Amino acid sequence: MSAKVETAERVADLSGEKYKYGFVTDIEMERAAKGLNEDAVRFISSRKQEPEWMLEWRLSAFQRWRQMTEPKWARVHYPPIDYQDAYYYAAPKSQDAKPKNLDEVDPKLLETYRKLGIPLSEQKLLAGVAVDAVFDSVSVATTFKAKLNEAGVIFCPISEAIRDYPDLVRKYLGTVVPVTDNFFATMNSAVFSDGTFVYVPKGVRCPMELSTYFRINASETGQFERTLIIADENSYVSYLEGCTAPKRDEHQLHAAVVELIALEGAEIKYSTVQNWYPGDEQGRGGIYNFVTKRGDCRGKRSKISWTQVETGSAITWKYPSCILRGDESVGEFYSIAITNNFQQADTGTKMLHLGRNTRSRIVSKGISAGKAQNTYRGLVSVHARAENARNHTQCDSLLIGADCGAHTVPYIESRNPTAKIEHEATTSKISDDQLFYALARGIPEEEAVALIVNGFCRDVLQQLPMEFAVEAQKLVGISLEGSVG
Amino acid sequence: MNLLEIDNLRVAVDGKEILKGITLAIPEGEVHAIMGPNGSGKSTLSYALAGRDGYEVTGGRVLYRGEELNGLSPDRRAALGVFLALQYPVEIPGVTTITFLKTALNAQRRARGEPEMDAMQVLKRVREKARALQISEDMLKRPLNAGFSGGEKKRMEILQLALFEPKLAILDETDSGLDIDALKLVASGVNAQRAGDRSMLVITHYQRLLDYIVPDRVHVLAQGRIVTSGGPDLARELEQRGYAAVVEAA
Repeated sequence: MSAKVETAERVADLSGEKYKYGFVTDIEMERAAKGLNEDAVRFISSRKQEPEWMLEWRLSAFQRWRQMTEPKWARVHYPPIDYQDAYYYAAPKSQDAKPKNLDEVDPKLLETYRKLGIPLSEQKLLAGVAVDAVFDSVSVATTFKAKLNEAGVIFCPISEAIRDYPDLVRKYLGTVVPVTDNFFATMNSAVFSDGTFVYVPKGVRCPMELSTYFRINASETGQFERTLIIADENSYVSYLEGCTAPKRDEHQLHAAVVELIALEGAEIKYSTVQNWYPGDEQGRGGIYNFVTKRGDCRGKRSKISWTQVETGSAITWKYPSCILRGDESVGEFYSIAITNNFQQADTGTKMLHLGRNTRSRIVSKGISAGKAQNTYRGLVSVHARAENARNHTQCDSLLIGADCGAHTVPYIESRNPTAKIEHEATTSKISDDQLFYALARGIPEEEAVALIVNGFCRDVLQQLPMEFAVEAQKLVGISLEGSVG
Repeated sequence: MNLLEIDNLRVAVDGKEILKGITLAIPEGEVHAIMGPNGSGKSTLSYALAGRDGYEVTGGRVLYRGEELNGLSPDRRAALGVFLALQYPVEIPGVTTITFLKTALNAQRRARGEPEMDAMQVLKRVREKARALQISEDMLKRPLNAGFSGGEKKRMEILQLALFEPKLAILDETDSGLDIDALKLVASGVNAQRAGDRSMLVITHYQRLLDYIVPDRVHVLAQGRIVTSGGPDLARELEQRGYAAVVEAA
């Protein structure tokens, strides 16, 4: 056995199982009947005790979806998905009783989150981070609600917001990602289950980090979360989501919609650490992640910043975007996408400059290893009235090994001669010199690769909230295990 | 006792034999210099001792503290106390110098079964060593070697020598690209690390480095073999007469 292989195995041993979130929680579930049809839509709506207008909204989306076809333009390949051969709603039976507080929540659920490193008891939580825990199709607990209420911040499951704050939800839901937007967003509009609702009132700086932890548990079941965040005038909020799923040989669908609305002078910082099960070394299993995320800088001087660390999923199809409607508004997109083994990612952003003096910044770091394919796809569009729009895009790709691919597909459209748009792109490999240097200083090969890749991603990792940056750095290393030697 | 014994070592790169039977012993605590013209195999010897991929040992053996080094990966050798200061230190973008030093130090400690040091302990130790080499706090926060001058890069190598406290230090053309002030600073940094239980192999093209780091023995390498050995005077003779004359006379 070569020294290299030995090193790789030693590191793998030390870190234990590569995907440590792959366990299944054995819990009794209630499901909708298999298939995506009107009955399933009605079932979900009634389970969530929704008002009539919400059901109508869902049904109109479903009617629309039936006439739509799946988009095929992304650089991802997968066998046809039978949308009728999956469950669209699954919830632990123990949640039927609608627990009022953590003491009433099924201990099995609390244990699941504890194993995931997300203790839900407020004493044990990271100070300053509130969590909404979503398990398959329902939210099982939301922490620090009372404390946030004191500041006037609404932080609750969206199913609860539909019942308790219908005026706010009706005013904003579907205004950034319309029901008719695209195949997956329309499907989500019909069958969305749970997700998070946030409203930060005028002039309020949200006193803590908000986060949602999404967990898929049930087999043959898709997760269709819906998140809506509204930052009213001159407010600020930072939100983070994390996601994991059990190891399974089947593929599971995750089709989320996230809408952000920033009114005048408001700022939303939205961070994602996406660690859905990526499939095994042979490409078996893994989540199909088809996600529509869009933010609307509706007011003057508003700002929306997306940061994503995408390490999981068999397929990622995701373009968190900013509509820069308000004058002087700012959009940012910071992305790390890591693909290993047979993973495929087609991800990027859209920056739509509508207002005057709008600015956007894109920093994308794509890392590809094994037999993976990693594509950056981005649009920068400057409309006719967007005087003095500015964009700077930096797209860097790193290849590890000879069998992977990196692709950069930037689209740039400008209808205003005052626009300044810059695009820089690089593709590189980890050099033998770098690797040898680290090895010769005593750093084992896998750790050396993780260190060099973390350096490559530094500009993006620095954008993450402190509490999560360290975790994300570790994740970068784990995701690339087995990629060298 | 010999810390390092190289016995009839043959090394090939891309199928071409570069080292054609090197025999050399360095007793514990001694500093030996290897001098030789360009292309004589000096860097090949340093990479082979460090265990770099692609430097294939085709014959002979290397004993380090009585143990065969052949077949050990570079990181294992580093943990055992073998240190190579590179002629061209490598830039690692985005990885701050202090992060790199902490990662390397703890990886070595872990491999030896020693407890890891926390960030504050590492920083304290690095600062102590950095002062003597005039390495600023700012340099420690910058990505490793990125945008460093030639002199700064070489000082960073010597900082690592001081930090890791190896048993065997191989310095590959540490004088190349240095002006006289930088050379003195680096040489005094190296001299500070001379110790009874630490041996050094100083590889250089020019004699001037050996005015500052005075070796116990000098070996002349030419065409993949050691053609002659002697005391510090041999270096001066080389400087006066040139490699060709000395190699021919040998």
